[in-house]
Parts: sequence; C-alpha cells; structure tokens
Amino acid sequence: MSLKTFKGGIHPVPPHEGKELSKDKPIKEILPEGELVFPLSQHIGAPAKPIVAVGDTVLRGQKIGEAGGFVSAPVYSSVSGTVKAIEPRRTATSDMVNSIVIENDGKYTEVEFNEVEDVNVLTKDEIIEKVKEAGVVGMGGAGFPTHVKLSPKDPKKIDYVIANCSECEPYLTSDYRAMIEEPEKLVEGMKIILKLFPNAKGVLGIENNKPDCIKKLSELCEHEGRIEVQPLATKYPEGGERQIIHAITGRDINSKKLPADAGCIVDNVATIMAIYDAVKLGKPVMDRIFTVTGDAVCEPRNFRIHIGTSFAELLKAAGGFIHEPEKMISGGPMMGFAMFTLDVPTTKTTSALLCLTNDEASKYETTACINCGRCVEACPERLVPSRLADYAEHDKKDMFEKWYGLECIECGSCSYGCPARRPLAQDIKTMKKIVLGEKKAAAAKAKAEAEKAKEEKKEG
Amino acid sequence: MEKEKKLIKVTSSPHVRDKVDTQKIMLCVIISLMPATVFGIVNFGIRAMFVLIISVASAVFFEWFYEKLLHKKSTINDLSAVVTGLLLGLNLPSSVPFWLPVVGSGFAIIVVKMLFGGLGQNFMNPALGARCFLIISFASLMNDYSDYPGFEDTFSGATPLATVKAGGQVDTMRMLLGNIPGTIGETSVIALLIGAIFLILMGIIDLSIPASYIITFSVFVLLFGGHGFDMNYLCAELCGGGLMLGAFYMATDYVTSPITPKGKIIYGILLGILTGIFRLFGNSAEGVSFAIIFGNLLVPLIERFTVPRAFGIEKAKKEDKKEAAK
Repeated sequence: MSLKTFKGGIHPVPPHEGKELSKDKPIKEILPEGELVFPLSQHIGAPAKPIVAVGDTVLRGQKIGEAGGFVSAPVYSSVSGTVKAIEPRRTATSDMVNSIVIENDGKYTEVEFNEVEDVNVLTKDEIIEKVKEAGVVGMGGAGFPTHVKLSPKDPKKIDYVIANCSECEPYLTSDYRAMIEEPEKLVEGMKIILKLFPNAKGVLGIENNKPDCIKKLSELCEHEGRIEVQPLATKYPEGGERQIIHAITGRDINSKKLPADAGCIVDNVATIMAIYDAVKLGKPVMDRIFTVTGDAVCEPRNFRIHIGTSFAELLKAAGGFIHEPEKMISGGPMMGFAMFTLDVPTTKTTSALLCLTNDEASKYETTACINCGRCVEACPERLVPSRLADYAEHDKKDMFEKWYGLECIECGSCSYGCPARRPLAQDIKTMKKIVLGEKKAAAAKAKAEAEKAKEEKKEG
Repeated sequence: MEKEKKLIKVTSSPHVRDKVDTQKIMLCVIISLMPATVFGIVNFGIRAMFVLIISVASAVFFEWFYEKLLHKKSTINDLSAVVTGLLLGLNLPSSVPFWLPVVGSGFAIIVVKMLFGGLGQNFMNPALGARCFLIISFASLMNDYSDYPGFEDTFSGATPLATVKAGGQVDTMRMLLGNIPGTIGETSVIALLIGAIFLILMGIIDLSIPASYIITFSVFVLLFGGHGFDMNYLCAELCGGGLMLGAFYMATDYVTSPITPKGKIIYGILLGILTGIFRLFGNSAEGVSFAIIFGNLLVPLIERFTVPRAFGIEKAKKEDKKEAAK
C-alpha cells in the first residue's frame, strides 16, 4: 500500500515526537475522588441548559444538561452523587464557563442503559437521534456536535467516511492506545456510520508511525467490504480535517466549505468509539481516553477517565511531577492550550495533559525575519505566514484577507520552523479572530437594519 | 528552606520549536562556501586569503560599529555579516589593494544593509550592491585579473568570458576545474557546485531560482548568442564569470528574492534574460551582478502578482469568475 499525504507540514523530530513516553502504557481506569466539574459548554454551539438543581441526587449516566439548540449537545454526569453548585468555573482554555459541580459519592451507581441487540434494525433517524441524545461531539478537540456532522443535506452524495486515526500531534497516544486495545469498537463504529451513507466507502487513515495499528486494523477489515485501511505519511498536521481529506481523496476544501461538500464525513477515533457506545450500548459520553505525559511527569500514562475529573487528580494518578514543570498544556504541543493551574476539569474534548520542564516557546528571542520561506514551505494551507504576520502586526486587515489569512487552520507549523523565532501563528490567529469578529458584527448589524427597514415598511 | 519555584509559563501554541535558527542557516552558507574559498586561495595564492580575511573582518566590524554607535543591540552573532563579507571577498580579484575590500564592506553593510533597517530589510543583496559600487567607482582595479599565476601564457584577454566575447575559444575542462583567471571565488564550477549541493541537501536553498535562472540563461544564449548550438560556447558562458556563484549563492539570498513559490520561478527567468542581455549586448563580458541587483528591485512587484492561492481556493475562484461573468 502506498503512503498518501498532503503538501507542506513539518516533521516533528525527536525529542518532539514524544510518543514513546506513553505509547506502551496500557489504558488504566481511574476513579475520581471529591468533586467533579461539568462545564455546560464542552462543544461548539449553544451551551447546554442545566436540568438539575443544587442538592439533587444524580446517578452516573444521568443527563444533567440538555442541548441548548440544534448545534449543541447534552451533558451527562460521569459519577453518582449530589449537585453541589451551578456556577462559573475555569476550564482548560482559561475561560470561565457555567458549570455543574457534583460531589462524588464514590458508589458509581449507574442509570440503566438500553443496549441494542442488533444495530441493523435501527433506522437512520434512530441512529442520529441516539448520537444526539448521547451528547457525542468531535472528541479530537474541536467539539463540533457529531449529530450535525452526520446529517448533511444529501447523505447519498457522501462517498467517503474517513476515520481520522492519524493522531499527528506529538506526545499524544490516547487514540493509539484505543486502537490497539479496542480495534473492534472502531470498526463497529465505522459500520454504524456507514449505515447512514449508502454510497460511502469507509477509510481508516493511519500514520505509518503506528505499524501495529495498521496491521491489526487491516486484519479486522479484511472481510469488511466497505472499510479499508489507508496508511498515511507521518507528518504534522496529517490529521487536520482538510489535510486528511486531501491525502485520502485528493479533494481540496477551504474554510468556507464543509467536508460534506467534498463528499466526506471525517471523525476521529475517540468520536467513532463514542458513536458505537451511544448507538449499540446506549451509553452517553461520560468517559474518554486521556494521556498524561511530558518529561516533567513521573510516570507518563494513558487513562480511561471520568469526564469532569480535574487535571490535578490525573497528574497525581501519574505519580505527580518528577521535575518541576515550566509549562503545563491541555492537549498536544502544537495546538494545545497552556494552563496556569491544574484545578480545571477534563471535558469531552480534552485528550491530554502535557507537562514540559523546558518551554521552548518563550526561551528564544525573536529576531529579524530573513524571508527564508520556511513558513511558506511548512504551511499546509499554502499561505505566506511571514507576510500574514506582518499584515497582522501592522493592522492591515484588507491585505491580510487578500493573502488568504482567514484560511489559516492554526496548526502552528510556521512558528515551529521559523529560524527567526517569530510568533507567526500567534499573530495570524489573533488577526483572524479580529477580522472574523468584525465580519460577524457587521453581518449582525446589517441583519438588524434590514429587519428594522422591513418593520418600518410594514408600519408605513 | 523552600526551593525557589520555577514560574509556570503561559504562551500561545505551538509550544515547541525547531532547532534551526538564523545563525545555523548562515553557518551552513559559510560552510558551503568553503570549497570555493579554499580553491580560490590555492588558485590565486596567499594574497587572496588576505583579501578575504580583510573583507570578512571589516564587514563584521562595520555592523558592530554601526550598532554600537546607534545604541542598538548587536546582531553580529547571527553571522549574516560574515556571509556578506565572504561573498564580497569572493567577488573581488585577488590583485585589489587591501583598502578596497574595506570600502566595499563598508558600503555593503552600512549603506545597503544597515541604513535600510538591517538584516531582512535590505532591498538589494549587500555583497552585490557593494561589488557593483566598486566596479563603477574603481573600474581598473576591479578588472585587473593579472594576479593569476601563468596569466601571460594562457589568455590574451582578461577572463575566459572576455576571450569568448572577442571570438576566441576556451578550454572547458579548465573552466570547470577553475584554473582560470577571475574573481577569487567564481572560477571553480566544481567547488561551487559541491557547496550548492550541500545547501540543497541541508534544505537551505531549493532549486527553483538557480534552475530557472540557468535554464533561461542557456536558452537565451543559444538563441541570441550567434553561435548556434555550440556546446563549447555554451559551457564557456555557463562556467565563466559569476554565473554559478550568482545563481546558487546570490540570487538565492533570502532577503532579496521572492518568498512566493511562483515568484521564485519568475525571478529566476527574469535573471536569466537580464544576464543574457547584459552579457551579449552590454559593454562588459560580465552581467550576473547587475542582473541580480536589478532583479532585486523588482522583487516586491513580482510578489504582488504571485500571491499563492490558498489550499482549496482554486475551484471556488473559477466559479466566482463564472458567476461574475454571468
């Protein structure tokens, strides 16, 4: 089988690959203690609405927040106990988010889950409804509600269902461990999604630095006519949505298009497994696989965690710090969020805690840009990051848009390779937010004015 | 007593960096120039070494001095001044008086580089800018190639290029090896190519500029050289003068070449045509230096017209045009 890939990207070289720290550590279930925090916004879209009150007793698997709209997802308790508070709490991205705090009684009394004997009897709508009810969202980090993804305008036009098994972020091993330990679940999950799209082929895109996964899953898919394994080159960001679509299908999409526009549905390993749990076992999203790693951590490990457990507790379970950390990151080193405290809860979308003794991002001083073009070579979106960063620094919004600044996927490849150590990705991300914010505001204003004019006409 | 706690650092992602920095890139360029440098010293004798040392030392001195004078942070550690000084030295004949490289380096560093804002801001290659300044100001000194041992018995004119221009024949093998008169660094094609291969393997330069430059130039010379398809003539044009040094080391100068992939090709083609025009129709047999500094001036324009289309945009644009046409 030939390797497929995309143009651009970077090869994170050791010590940055970092996967060896935790890749051979089997997933260990850990039980949380004390209070658990469930932010009501763990997804893209409207926050969930709390449906429990302070003092209520809840069970594991009980819905505590209902979806706040179509693009939204419900939130479930992962432990049994009593609701202690409903208040804003800090999350891993440092935002204050309204959250339900539950005091764990340590009994883990579960509600009854309705397992389906045979998923083949379910209709398409029933499958999507089950996914929606279970609160499944993109668990690779984006947190886009999965039921929305699974309901494109024309399901017949979808010809590829892509399982994003590339896990291209350095250090992260949760998807890898899940694939090694429960490959059947991934394949069964794929079969459920394929039921929704009669004309689609299932492709498992796996980076070739995981030969054991490729072997195991190829064996499993041997007799599955509709599913195949596609090895991908080991390169960051191979797992970017647009990049993996290009690698597997050769189709290109931009920021204004959805994967469905190119006939693709892309979900990552954890999400597909959550779909299986939701549809077959009737279980909502309560747990996830989580990696605690980095050179500051005593025993890098992979855990099956109860969502809502605090980062601090997971660090303790990994033996605490062996060296004093300089940086603590939620997620991987390329796109993760730096944290200043570990007293924040895990959510559906947090996949790792990475603690480094040496922060390279702040170690080097920025020097003059020498126009070397390494950022241009590295950019998977074929942008010119050095110019975009210039435009961002000088607040030239029109030029920023003209040079396609809004197409940036914020992968950080440009900053990684910059010999002048310029914070390219940071500048571009910031400007992107400003421009998008202004556009949103302008659109809202235009809409309001149009409505006002309409009303005046009516009155007139 | 409690150990002093390290502060937790919080920055925007990414949180890791590649090891390559400006200094390492410049070091690679210096290493890649070593074969040509060593060959030049062997070819032209110890005097060439003094010219090079003076050129490099004065370039570094002028950068340090300028920054000291203006109370700026010293940037001599990035080694870019060493590269400028070395390139300038390699572009000088070994016979020049020792004050000439000092004047050249001063012009390169202070006028071309620092006055425009230092590294990354100069619009013209400093070493070439200085060389052209010296050629115009001190023409006889800059065109004196008589320092070459055995000069008298091999060539009647100055350099092989001048010989070719005057209608004579040259020994291509000697030109490849570099046993010919010329500036210190430009004569040995083999030594220059060894360095260029090193630069390409290290990922410092890519082939788009040198390849489009050399190919365009070859085609131009074959078409308009008036010699038809004469390999000896073509080889003399390719190996002679500063073409190889210019194509691999000067035209690829990051700061003064386009950053866009398409722009690099256009820039290379432009240099090829300009060099051809200057060499065939100009007064001098040489043309590379002027072609490159002239090309440098057009870089902002080239970049403006070669903004790369972002990933996945192409199709959408065509549709837009169609819709607009409707």
